[in-house]
Amino acid sequence: MRHTIIATGLSIFAGAAFAQTPVLTVYTYDSFVSDWGPGPAIEEAFEAQCGCDLQFVGAGDGAALLARIRLEGAQTEADVVLGLDTNLTAAARETGLFRPHGIAAEGLTLPIAWDDADFLPFDWGYFAFVHRTDLTNAPTSLEALAASDVSIVIQDPRSSTPGLGLLMWVQAAYGDRAGEIWEGLSDNIVTVTPGWSEAYGLFLEGEADMVLSYTTSPAYHLIAEEDAGFASAAFSEGHYMQVEVAGILARTDVPDLARDFMEFMISPGFQDVIPTTNWMYPATAVTLPDGFEGLTMPERALLLSPEEAAAVRDEAVATWQRALAR
Amino acid sequence: MATRARPLTPIHWLGAAFAALAALCVLGPLAAVMLRADWPPALGPADWAAVRFTLLQAVLSAAVSVTLAIPVARALARRDFTGRRALVTLMGAPFLLPVIVAVLGLLAVFGRAGWINAGLQGIGLGRVDVYGLQGVVLAHVFLNLPLAVRLLLQGWQAIPSERMRLATALGFSGPDMRRHFERPLLRAILPGAALLIFLICTTSFAVALILGGGPGATTVELAIYQAFRFDFDLGRAALLGLVQVAICLGAAALAFGAIRGQEVGAGLDRPPMGWPGDGLVSRLGDTLAIGTAAIFLLLPLLAVLLQGLPALADLPVGVWQAALRSIGLALASTALALSLALPIALLVARLTRPGLVEALAFLTIAVSPLVVGTGLFVLIRPLANPVALALPITALVNALVALPFLLRALVPAATAAEATQGRLADALGLRGAARLRHAILPRLKRPLGFGAGLAAAFSMGDLGVITLFSTPGQGTLPLEMYRLMGAYRTDDAQGAAVLLLALTLGLFWLFDRGGRMDADTR
Repeated sequence: MRHTIIATGLSIFAGAAFAQTPVLTVYTYDSFVSDWGPGPAIEEAFEAQCGCDLQFVGAGDGAALLARIRLEGAQTEADVVLGLDTNLTAAARETGLFRPHGIAAEGLTLPIAWDDADFLPFDWGYFAFVHRTDLTNAPTSLEALAASDVSIVIQDPRSSTPGLGLLMWVQAAYGDRAGEIWEGLSDNIVTVTPGWSEAYGLFLEGEADMVLSYTTSPAYHLIAEEDAGFASAAFSEGHYMQVEVAGILARTDVPDLARDFMEFMISPGFQDVIPTTNWMYPATAVTLPDGFEGLTMPERALLLSPEEAAAVRDEAVATWQRALAR
Repeated sequence: MATRARPLTPIHWLGAAFAALAALCVLGPLAAVMLRADWPPALGPADWAAVRFTLLQAVLSAAVSVTLAIPVARALARRDFTGRRALVTLMGAPFLLPVIVAVLGLLAVFGRAGWINAGLQGIGLGRVDVYGLQGVVLAHVFLNLPLAVRLLLQGWQAIPSERMRLATALGFSGPDMRRHFERPLLRAILPGAALLIFLICTTSFAVALILGGGPGATTVELAIYQAFRFDFDLGRAALLGLVQVAICLGAAALAFGAIRGQEVGAGLDRPPMGWPGDGLVSRLGDTLAIGTAAIFLLLPLLAVLLQGLPALADLPVGVWQAALRSIGLALASTALALSLALPIALLVARLTRPGLVEALAFLTIAVSPLVVGTGLFVLIRPLANPVALALPITALVNALVALPFLLRALVPAATAAEATQGRLADALGLRGAARLRHAILPRLKRPLGFGAGLAAAFSMGDLGVITLFSTPGQGTLPLEMYRLMGAYRTDDAQGAAVLLLALTLGLFWLFDRGGRMDADTR
């Protein structure tokens, strides 16, 4: 009897040793791993080729993700962090927790050149004000919006990455005149929400004419709901970009696997999933689904470098708060 | 009323231990965050502005909620009509809703494109603007009036029917009733109810920001979000958490100091009867109070229902799984919350100066869930993987957060039971479990059921700390609803909201009803 138990124990042990597949832990934002995000399809596709176990861990949004990594520090279990944007990468780099990805980023199709040794983009989008097509007087610039009586819902830059994106948009387009623009916008703003979901929900309920979202948002309504009634307003100052990136943690014990994942990330197996799950533009040249071709394509792409974004951030928030605290 | 010193029994010591444990579960994580911070932490002028706005809106919200609750609770206690019970249950729903659902429902009625503005514009009148301080108070009253009404209603229903018979025999008028019954009962219950609502409103964040209309409506909780996620300034986050502790203890000292012992008298738990001194005017007033409250509380719910019902039938299967997970979680945290609350309530009822004990337990709703969750994360991480423990941690935190509600339901009843049946039991020499079972517990049945219902509903509807620890396949129903919203799937999210509303109300009703079984005719 005792021998049987020992034998069973041994065989379990042996089985475990042989079956031990390497685990790759990827921290990402929560909506990435939800049933409706890109996570499930990407996990399946990568596991089919890596002989590994890809484990996603969800943590709020991009900002919460960075806070989580900083909280865990060098003891983090993450091998890869996926879902920061360029407004966060300067702070992320400063932690010293990331290592260069070592991948020649060829074949990227972003509207801007990319040379970041630590972070690699997986998708991107243009911030834009989305409205219903029956809005006849959609403004054609931030300045025209500020002068109009079109109502908008925006997100708080302190708790939301799109909210911070709009702050940087005004900053990149107007620099020292940002405060003036915000004062002009203050009577257009119906309210400010903690996150994207609340703002979009309010817009759909009819609380405002436009909502801060992405040029790709109308594609969701068109493709998933077969509703062509949404559009985004093209602004003449250009549109600020959100570039979403991933990076490898310095402490990872599976550096090769992490690199494989980063390479997979800019391959079709990953990129094809992005447009209709994350509703953003893929970072490489994959065929876009029908419905994307009719989207607003801004003439100018605006983006502050991570260092600039980090440098102007606190002052920009203070300016925003002063202008809006009526 | 001065009482002779009564000895504490083991269950009271257990209550003391549980109160200390509850406080430790808040203060421990707070200290853990503090220890991880860079020194010295400091608060800026924007933080103090957030503290001022938080206090202002919370005081207003609590004051308006309890003031409006008085005529409504009074009317519901005095009138009996068909569907009364269903109405009381339904009117409790706003308190049980996840805030974003409540906000969207409220805006469907009061918003710029809402029913009221559509009506006003239809008859050529202007538009009312809900956004601003008035919107914050409106939303907080919508969310908390139901709680205030229920807590006060408990007080009215605790008036023994023998006393009412006596009042009727003596030909009491309306003013007599107020002097002898209603004022004492309000003095005993109102401060605690106001405190509870004040504290709930001090940790408000999304409601205050959205209805407040902009960064002028920044609360302490939002400042904590900013400190933690935007600036990664753990010291400031922890200091703001300490400010919340100070607000809680200060407000508790004021409120518990204002409570005057209730001495409505003992009875034999006979069914209640008609209200003495009742005239046409008071009948009309009661009808108006019930009608107005019902419209105010039920219209936004109707909006939620109308928007969500069509999507209910084909909700994704993940939503149903999350619903099952949430029900299990709610039952676990209710059991936990009840086991913690009963000994604490018995202890509080025994003490002559019980304020501090209850105030400690109140910390669980007064301090930022973000700080507590982060602190727990820091504490647990060296010992175990917090992600693997996401559901048990959420159950524990939900139970702790439900504790103050349970206590507010239990303590007045336990105090009354001690003051009346307790003395009789002592005279009879009843002790220990027998005393508890025969003298005290029967008087706590109704508040226990109500409190358990609140705890279950709260755990069901609250997003809680699960967001800090979530992994795929572990989502609760509220989290899954937020995920749907975040993935553009507004229709499904509204369907999930209706499912959540139905399940939460169902759980609440089951427990609340359980507490009233064979109690009386009402």
